[in-house]
Order: sequence, then structure tokens, then C-alpha cells
Amino acid sequence: MATYIMDWPTRLVRARAFLGQNRLFVLGAAILLLVISGALLAPWIAHFEPAKIVMSERLSPPSAEHLMGTDRFGRDIFARLLYGARISLLVGLCVVLLSLVLGIPVGLLAGYLGGRTDLILMRLADIFLAFPPLLLPIAITAALGPGLWNAVIALGVTGFPGIARIMRGAVLRVREELYIGAARTMGLGQLHILVRHVLPNSLTPVIVAASSDFGYAILAGASLSFIGLGAQAPAIEWGLMAADSRVDFLDHWWTALIPGLAIFLTVLALNLVGDGLRDILDPKQGRPE
Amino acid sequence: MAMHLVQRLLMIVGVVLGVVTIMFVLSRVLAPSPAELMLGGRPPAEMIAKMNEELGLNKPLAVQYVSFIGNVLRGELGNSLLTKRPVAQEVIERFGATFELTTLAMALVLLIGIPIGIVSAVKHNSLIDNIVRTVSVAGVAIPSFILAMALQILFYGVLGWLPLQGRVDTSILLDHPIKPITGLFLVDSLLGGNWEGFLSALAHIALPLFALTILLLATVTRITRNMMIEVLKEEYIRTAFAYGLPRATIYYRYALKATLIPVLTVIGLTYGYLLGGAVVIETVFDWPGLGSFVVSSIAQNDYPASLGATLFLAVAYLMVNLIVDLLYAVVDPRLRTA
Repeated sequence: MATYIMDWPTRLVRARAFLGQNRLFVLGAAILLLVISGALLAPWIAHFEPAKIVMSERLSPPSAEHLMGTDRFGRDIFARLLYGARISLLVGLCVVLLSLVLGIPVGLLAGYLGGRTDLILMRLADIFLAFPPLLLPIAITAALGPGLWNAVIALGVTGFPGIARIMRGAVLRVREELYIGAARTMGLGQLHILVRHVLPNSLTPVIVAASSDFGYAILAGASLSFIGLGAQAPAIEWGLMAADSRVDFLDHWWTALIPGLAIFLTVLALNLVGDGLRDILDPKQGRPE
Repeated sequence: MAMHLVQRLLMIVGVVLGVVTIMFVLSRVLAPSPAELMLGGRPPAEMIAKMNEELGLNKPLAVQYVSFIGNVLRGELGNSLLTKRPVAQEVIERFGATFELTTLAMALVLLIGIPIGIVSAVKHNSLIDNIVRTVSVAGVAIPSFILAMALQILFYGVLGWLPLQGRVDTSILLDHPIKPITGLFLVDSLLGGNWEGFLSALAHIALPLFALTILLLATVTRITRNMMIEVLKEEYIRTAFAYGLPRATIYYRYALKATLIPVLTVIGLTYGYLLGGAVVIETVFDWPGLGSFVVSSIAQNDYPASLGATLFLAVAYLMVNLIVDLLYAVVDPRLRTA
């Protein structure tokens, strides 16, 4: 990829112009930064132990002492929210990484080799994509047994065909580029061409897709925890917090809606950042405006 | 056209086979021993061996695989460990509730989402368009279970207008039972002239229906908007503008006709999201459909039941997409000659 030599003032002007035009990207990045620092600094921000049970203070509404109230065991919801951010972000990250690790090689081989390899790999992807969303991860988690890491595996495995397809599409385009032909004429090995030239030049659309998958992974991970297939009891996770509140949420709205709002804002922030990334990295492929 | 049909059918058969294979791998290779699950607790080794023999689980995997496919093709999904009844029967009984909910949601989503999407595309970059775009970005970030719970807090807890959960009041089951005809309570109660039953069913379906509709609305509006923008870029539309035809004529006579295909695509894509979303929504609203059945049978280790229900949902989704595919050819003359 070409690097342009640009002096710092020009860069700053460009960056400012970009940020000015992409207010939603800035908003998303700001929320995300807040969530990440909350997760990292949880022990210093929270005044209460997230798992400490205080039955005398159970189900207290938001107040100066308990900013977001307490749950039915008297545990501070604000503290649980901060610690819960760790798991949610980690789940999203691991799911996306797993889909990338599985999807990139499959898409690369299918697109570059073409022919029968392509046909077989893409029909395999079709089978995975034939399940209604969320149903395949549910079935996989059910088979592996409920648990956070099994849910991550299930979501990563379900997500990889989508990545593979996008990768394949990008490789098909790059394959025809002149510089690939040039590399072949120079007698470079297939593997060298594939890894050093095709791979880096095909990655952009995959990165864009991965960034929007991140938010979906957090949402799906929370849903799996909510229906009892993801994170299990002592773990602090947002979907699990909502599930725990099902006994008393009707009269104590904060027990359900606060973790829900946290999931909503985090996923929204990730989607805004993803949309912004697409505009920066992939202007050609941007949404129809 | 005939070629296209045959190709599609062959592909669907292949995909169904693939789906069945994945379910086989999940249930027989990855899952813990079904015999142990069925016997419960920690049974002695002889009992497990005996159970495995009865179930045919001691045979080589290849043999098991062939008999598994044979059973699925015959519609034999085994017996539920919990109720001891055939899973296929339970699945069919419960599918009515899911079908009623998802089909009504689909109708509502299309009725609301497509006009909004079209207006948003036509009034491109206007205030309406910007509102629609913002709302649809936010809409896809809402966790389904929180939306469902928020609706319960508002309409049951605070306002007291609608029931919390279930498909019909218990008193209706006792005093005005709905005679099953189609399995759809709204239809059956009307057919049987059961007005009380109809009202109760309507009140109960309102919240889950509302939740599913809101969840899907953002996606449908965005797809419709983007597709309509593409249609408006087509040369024949530009030509129509160049001829100076009235805007209304262009939008309603030419562009709208072309959106029929996007509408079909939306139905195909959305139905999957509806079935997936129904799993969580049905669980929160205690709706006795297939989605909540999958969740409860997993929770109770009833693996034949969860397997059968998942398989059924996947195949139902495939069938919807097959129908959509066939309708493409009806709507789009270009596909007929291809």
C-alpha cells in the first residue's frame, strides 16, 4: 500500500476535516472509549465489590450511594456494569478474531484457487448461512454445553462463513490486478504471491465487515447468556444481569434496563465506529448515499 | 426458467443435507453421551451400554449417520425425553404459535418498513431521511430481550393495558376453549365464533408482536431504502426524468414496480431474523412456540427435542427462501429467459 509523505500540519487539517464530517464516528469512538476505560479502571471507579451480597440493601433504587441501584442480592449495579463490560468486550473481540482466523484462509483459498476448491468451500459456507441467525450458535452451544467460552466458539464458527465470502470477493478482484500478474511473470512462488501480495490487498473489506460484526457478537453473546447458554452464574455479564432481573424487573426497572442500556450504547458505538471505518478505509464500497 | 428451478431445487436439497449433517455432528459427535442424559444422574456402565445398544449408538458413526438421515427424511425425530411423545408431533403443534407470531410480524414490518424506506430514498438527505437513518442505526443495536422487558414494564407494569405473557388467558381455556383448526389462535377463535377467545388471543399477541416488529423494522427500512436508491440510479429512471415525466409518475409507475423484487429479498432475509429473534422474544413472553421450546428443551437436557426443533426451524427458513426464489422468476421477466 502506498504511503504518502505528508507534513504534520496537513495531516492535522485533514484529520480535523474528517472528524468534522463524521460526527457520528466521533460520538461512537467517544462512547467506546468510555466503555473501555470503565472496563479497565473498574476496580478504581467502583466503590463497591461487584459480587458483594448485602441483603439489607436489596433492590434499592438508584441513589447517591448506589448510582444505578442494587439487584436482588443487594449487589451494586454500577460496579457490576463496569466489571461486566470486561466480559462483553472480550466476548466480542474473541468472536471476531475467531471468525477472522477461520474465514480469511478459507476465503483466500476459495478466491485464489477458484474451480472446484472454490465451489466446495462456498457450498460449505452456504450451509452455515442457511440457519436462521442465532439458531446455529444456540445449537452448537447446546451440543458443547452451556458456558461463556463455548458460546464464543459457537458465535465465531457461525460468523466465519460471512467473513470467508467477503474475503473471497475481494480476492477475486485483487487476483486480476496487474501487479499480481507482474509478480507471476517474475516467477515468484504461489505461496509468496498469496501471502505477500493477495492477502494484504484484500483485507480492507474484511476489516470493515469485522468491525460491524463486533457489535453483533456482543449482542448475540448477551442474548445467549440471557437464555442461559452463555456466561454462568458467578460470572458478571450484562446479558446474565438482565436474566437475573427477570424475577423483580417489573417493580424495579433499573435491574433490567440499566444493563440493557449498557449493551445498547456499546453496540451502537461499535456500529457507528464501524460505519465510520468503512467510510475511511473503503470509500468506494461505502453505503449508497 | 425450468433450468433455474431445477438448479435451485438441487441446491436446496444439498443445503438441507448439509444442515442435517451439521446437526448429526453436533448431536452425536460433540454432545455428551445421550444415553447418560436419558438415564440421568450417574448411571452404571452396564446401563449406559444397554441404552446405547437400544438406541443404536454402539454402531459405527457412518452407519449411525445413514440411519439418522433416513429417520429425518421420514420425519422421525425421536421421542422427547421429557414428555416421551414424538418430537415431530410436539414441533408441529408448537409451530402454529411461532408461525402466527412471525407471519403477523412480517406483515406489519413490511407494511410499515417499506413505505418508510421508499420515502427515505426519494426524499434523499432530507430531514425525514436523516431521522430514518439515525433510528435504523440505533434500532439494530437494541438487545431483543431488553426491548421485550421494557414493553412489559410499560404496558403491563405501569399502564396495565396488556397481559404480561402467555398466548391466552387461563379463564379462556376453561370457559371458552379455542377449538384447534389451523393452530393459529386468532384464526381459530374467529372461525369458531369465539369472540372472547379472539380478544384474549389478540391482547396476548400484541406485545411480542410489537417487540418483533420494532426489532426488524430498522433492518427492513434500511434494506428498502438502499435498494430503492439503487433503482432510482437506473438508466430508465434517468431517461424518464430526462423526458420530463412528472415525478409522481416516475416514482409510482416505474420505480415502485422495480421495488417488488427488493420486497421479496427483504422477506427472504427477514424471515430468518424473525425466526432467530423469536427464540428470545418467545422466551421472555412465555409464548408457547418453537423458539421457547428450543430454549426450554436445551435447559432440560432434552436433546432430541432441541435437535428436532432446530432442524425444523432451519428447514422452514430454507423453504421460505425457496419460495422467494421461485417468486423472483414470476416477478422479474429477466430471470425467466435466463
